[in-house]
Amino acid sequence: MTAHKPLVGQPVERVEDPRLLRGKGRYTDDIHREGMLHAAILRSAVAHGRILEIDATEARALPGVHSVLTADDLNSPVPCIPIRLFPNPKMDPFRQPVIATGKVRYVGEALAIVVADSAAIAEDALELISAEIEPLNAVADMETHSADKTLLFDGQDSNHVWKYDATLGEADKAFDGAHYTRRERFYVHRHTGITMETRGVVSEWDPVAGKMTCWGAAKVPYQNRKMLAEMLGLPEASVELVEGDTGGSFGVRGEFFPEDYLVPYAARLLNRPVKWIEDRREHLLAVSHARDVACDIEIACDADGRVLAIRANAVVDIGAYIRTATTITPRNVATCIPGPYRVPNFSSTVSLLVSNKSPTGTYRGPGRFEADFFRERMFDLVAADFGMDQVQFRRRNLLTEEELPHPLPSVSPDPHDSELDSGAYEEVLDRCLKKIGWEEKQSVQGQRIDGRYHGLAVGCFVEGGGAGPSENCRMVLEKDGMVSVYVGSSAVGQGLQTIMSQIAADAMELPLDRIRLFHGSTSFVKQGFGSFHSRSTVMGGNATLIAAKELKAQILGAGAKILQVSGEDVRYENGAVISNSGGSVGLDALGENGLSYEATFKNSKHTYSYGTHAVHVAVDSETGELELIDYVAIEDAGRIINPLTLHGQAVGSIVQGLGGALLEHLIYDSEGQLLVGTLADYLVPLATDFPNIRSESIALRRSPNHPLGAKGAGEGGTIPVGALIANSVAAALADFKVQPFDLPLSPDRIWRLIENASDT
Amino acid sequence: MKLPNFDYRAPASLDEAVGLLAANNDARIISGGQSLVPMLAFRLAYPSMLVDLRNIANLERIQITDDGLRVGARVRWCQIECDARLSDSHPLFQYMISHVAHYQIRNRGTVGGSLAHADPAAEMPGLAVVCDCNIIVVGSDGTRNIAAGDLFAGPLNTTLEQSEVITEVHFPAWPAQRRWAFIEIARRKGDFAMAGVAIYYDPDAHGKASNAHVGVIGVTATPQRLNEVEAAINGRTISEELIAEVKAIASGTVEPMSDIHAGADYRKSLVGTLSARAMRRAAGLEREAP
Amino acid sequence: MKFAVQFELNGDAVEVNVEPRMTLGDCIRHELGKTGTHIACEHGVCGACTVIVDNEAVRSCLTLAVQAQGSKVVTVEGLSDDDELTPLQKAFRKHHALQCGFCTPGMITTAHALLSAEPDANEERVRDVMSGNICRCTGYLSIIAAVMEARAAYRPQEEVSAE
Repeated sequence: MTAHKPLVGQPVERVEDPRLLRGKGRYTDDIHREGMLHAAILRSAVAHGRILEIDATEARALPGVHSVLTADDLNSPVPCIPIRLFPNPKMDPFRQPVIATGKVRYVGEALAIVVADSAAIAEDALELISAEIEPLNAVADMETHSADKTLLFDGQDSNHVWKYDATLGEADKAFDGAHYTRRERFYVHRHTGITMETRGVVSEWDPVAGKMTCWGAAKVPYQNRKMLAEMLGLPEASVELVEGDTGGSFGVRGEFFPEDYLVPYAARLLNRPVKWIEDRREHLLAVSHARDVACDIEIACDADGRVLAIRANAVVDIGAYIRTATTITPRNVATCIPGPYRVPNFSSTVSLLVSNKSPTGTYRGPGRFEADFFRERMFDLVAADFGMDQVQFRRRNLLTEEELPHPLPSVSPDPHDSELDSGAYEEVLDRCLKKIGWEEKQSVQGQRIDGRYHGLAVGCFVEGGGAGPSENCRMVLEKDGMVSVYVGSSAVGQGLQTIMSQIAADAMELPLDRIRLFHGSTSFVKQGFGSFHSRSTVMGGNATLIAAKELKAQILGAGAKILQVSGEDVRYENGAVISNSGGSVGLDALGENGLSYEATFKNSKHTYSYGTHAVHVAVDSETGELELIDYVAIEDAGRIINPLTLHGQAVGSIVQGLGGALLEHLIYDSEGQLLVGTLADYLVPLATDFPNIRSESIALRRSPNHPLGAKGAGEGGTIPVGALIANSVAAALADFKVQPFDLPLSPDRIWRLIENASDT
Repeated sequence: MKLPNFDYRAPASLDEAVGLLAANNDARIISGGQSLVPMLAFRLAYPSMLVDLRNIANLERIQITDDGLRVGARVRWCQIECDARLSDSHPLFQYMISHVAHYQIRNRGTVGGSLAHADPAAEMPGLAVVCDCNIIVVGSDGTRNIAAGDLFAGPLNTTLEQSEVITEVHFPAWPAQRRWAFIEIARRKGDFAMAGVAIYYDPDAHGKASNAHVGVIGVTATPQRLNEVEAAINGRTISEELIAEVKAIASGTVEPMSDIHAGADYRKSLVGTLSARAMRRAAGLEREAP
Repeated sequence: MKFAVQFELNGDAVEVNVEPRMTLGDCIRHELGKTGTHIACEHGVCGACTVIVDNEAVRSCLTLAVQAQGSKVVTVEGLSDDDELTPLQKAFRKHHALQCGFCTPGMITTAHALLSAEPDANEERVRDVMSGNICRCTGYLSIIAAVMEARAAYRPQEEVSAE
């Protein structure tokens, strides 16, 4: 038997690819069920108002329409979407009802669901529903609703509905008598992870078995199953969420959305399968929005430019409701400002502000992209005050290896303490500087060459990953000698199937084609937690290792019996049980024994991949256009399972960050109307925009926090980008004394910064 | 975003098409569909019928004569891109069209369709105005000839009658010594221009500019000629001094629209900047590199 | 009312009866069951729905099914067989030019149309053409690399000289 060649660490081509390349993927809209009907959602065109009447008479009369349901038609009380992450009973008044009830609070909020023979007829019917809504003042910008003149929720006295505080050391004390302080206000605009596949649900009710099946689950199917079962009044075992192929997540998919209740509800009511596919206009409006954070940040330093303390006061515009993952961004803003730097004293207060905009959730590097922007922008301003260059200042303040593990600020309420695990921050900084040619490029810093101003910036970041609480993996030795691996992690495009197969194949010392990998569906393992916070490789991977260990032990037991030797006389090697006395038995002979094991890996310690990015831009001062001349990224992921897929994640992540910094913007007017209704207005990067990206993923320092040693990665590429672009623009336009405090940096905004700077 | 209901005809003759449009007040023409279908997807239009020109012959040729170009209304962008004759016969036409949208759109979108759609940020309407094109239309009252400047009434609005079908666009002949340039600024490749300036002039015997044409797209409700800029250029030699003058005049001469991508003041500034840069390029005064 | 439309899909003659408002993309997916072509925007911006009509890449969300009358339509399914990946598909896999796979069929059809007509396209041209297809996962570097590598397979094979 040939010795197993390790697959972990190899650029294994993805097992998912042949299917996807041939157009044989199975995404939600590819699903057809016998007798299936189609749903469309009537969405509010008013940002804030009291619902007076919804008249669906004409719509119900349209041939081909089976049903129109509003809040009045649903079982009372109308369920509210639970808070999955860091829930607190005091947040209850701000939870979203699955359909607008009494009031509407954002343009796009679901007012009714129509079910018809086709999606086109359902859409025709939407136009026949008249919704009478008494408009109320909309609160759609931070200044206005901070004034609390119009309240979104009756019985409350403010639109600031929640806050988090985080502390480390004693910030106020450190500020007293500090040699140097500076205070600024920064803002990161609203944008989000627009996925190529829009959302969708297909639901089917089996009245005989009393079972609800939903296709289109992604990211967190187990949690969503629990929520759905509770809302439908069904036992969890009677609800199955099936995950197929998913066209991207980036953190925004997998919320429990209103449609995740309304569609199954309609399916059960009508006793017909119902499909709902979100269209792009709805997606821009109703998928989780993200970012939209303002921060008042103060820094205190000693005479040598060492950071003594940072204080931050931030406001997160969370949109109209607190939804399943709303708490993450504010919590991360509260704790992630220090990043990989030594900030001995820190305090922050982050307020959650409701507004008449779409509810927000998580998006790649949630709260971290923003926190990085606030910190790294401040660092460049401070460095200049001290007459230090950008690198010198960072070098002086980066945590050394000896200082790790190092705690993050502690957040309250609902604390969840974390610490930076391991890392060689300065070494990676040096690698990045060398790769971009930082020293050599200093000669162009701030210079005008061929009509454009050149600027360079560098930034260091950490990416938190490996969130708990646990993950399951069930391994089964099948009759044919193949090993089936069922994981609770979800595939959202990140190559989960291949990564887990590599880990399983190595653990079982088998070639890749002897592994069958199943993911995401709730029937596969007893409990799963899905894919978010860069956790799948860490959590699912470790669970796989445990399952493999136990399964091998079972295999050895069964093999020893067949070989009629004692347990001590056998060993497992390359997919066979080998006896010391010479006999052997292969896995295909052991398949009848029904061997399997379901393992749970519990983890309470996060992992932190980290890195440095550097950028060289050229800015046309007359038009505000920016060109990315060079972008260099180095990230240490601790241990690399598949360098091919990791590199793909890194590059994709960086490009999304660039989209966020320069192009993407969910713009609302003062009436709460979203002004970007199409992909011609919400601008995502194209192949022509950022061709000059050089990204390197390395495995320098493993995470000591779990056996696999990998640090969750996949979001890091996005995290520092906003800060980097803003810092490079400031560096390029130093002659104009331009300092960006806000994102995005569109040509119009850069031009305006220059105009305004020359006016003063 | 499913389309609303409509009837559909694909007549074999122009007369039949005109008849259908005349008989159905809410009927609209579909040519390439690249501008119309998105409007239907957003339910911004509810035509009772679409009259497809796909089966009508003789609308798809580019003819080059001594008088200039005769471009059939159903000529697609890809044909223009690939027509080797145009690099001499009308280089500005070919160059501006290379900025239109993307590959797949260029395989379907048509000259007539773009003109009839009248998007202020599109290249074709601006091109037609700056090049003094004549547009031939056929309707129930017969054939008429519309000067490009008279075709556009406002954003997405033309002076065409309900039954009228654009059949051909005539470009005046392009002299070999003509100097020209076109520069546009868009957020990304293929996006609608935030501003674009096309310029050409004919050097006279003393090398001074004559017959200057300066057109702007993406800035005003309909494509405009910058007459004051043209007046400033005519009879002069192009110099850095003139370019600086032109920059100021151009900005001052437009009252731009504002939208989420570009404010009116930014657009005003762009018109000046792009006019100057286009002039410099047309005159061959540009230095190497971007 | 419905119209009978006859065209060729991946080499097979097909006939459908559809409302004029049905797009070619929806027709291919739901009337003809070929779900490889994906709908991602329905307003002609993202390119995921790209199919090849009479040898040209077009956006199937902007084409009415009735407009396909008499045409030759090829989708991603028609560009491969089940036995082996084509050189273009192999190049995509090698370069990890797909992650979630949703934009991929449109990338494949567009690249195939481009390389079939222009096997010597340079990187600028490739990038320019592929700019009509949006990807949110990969950041495009791997896609461009894959298309560039696949060019060799579209160039006419050199004649083997009889020596």
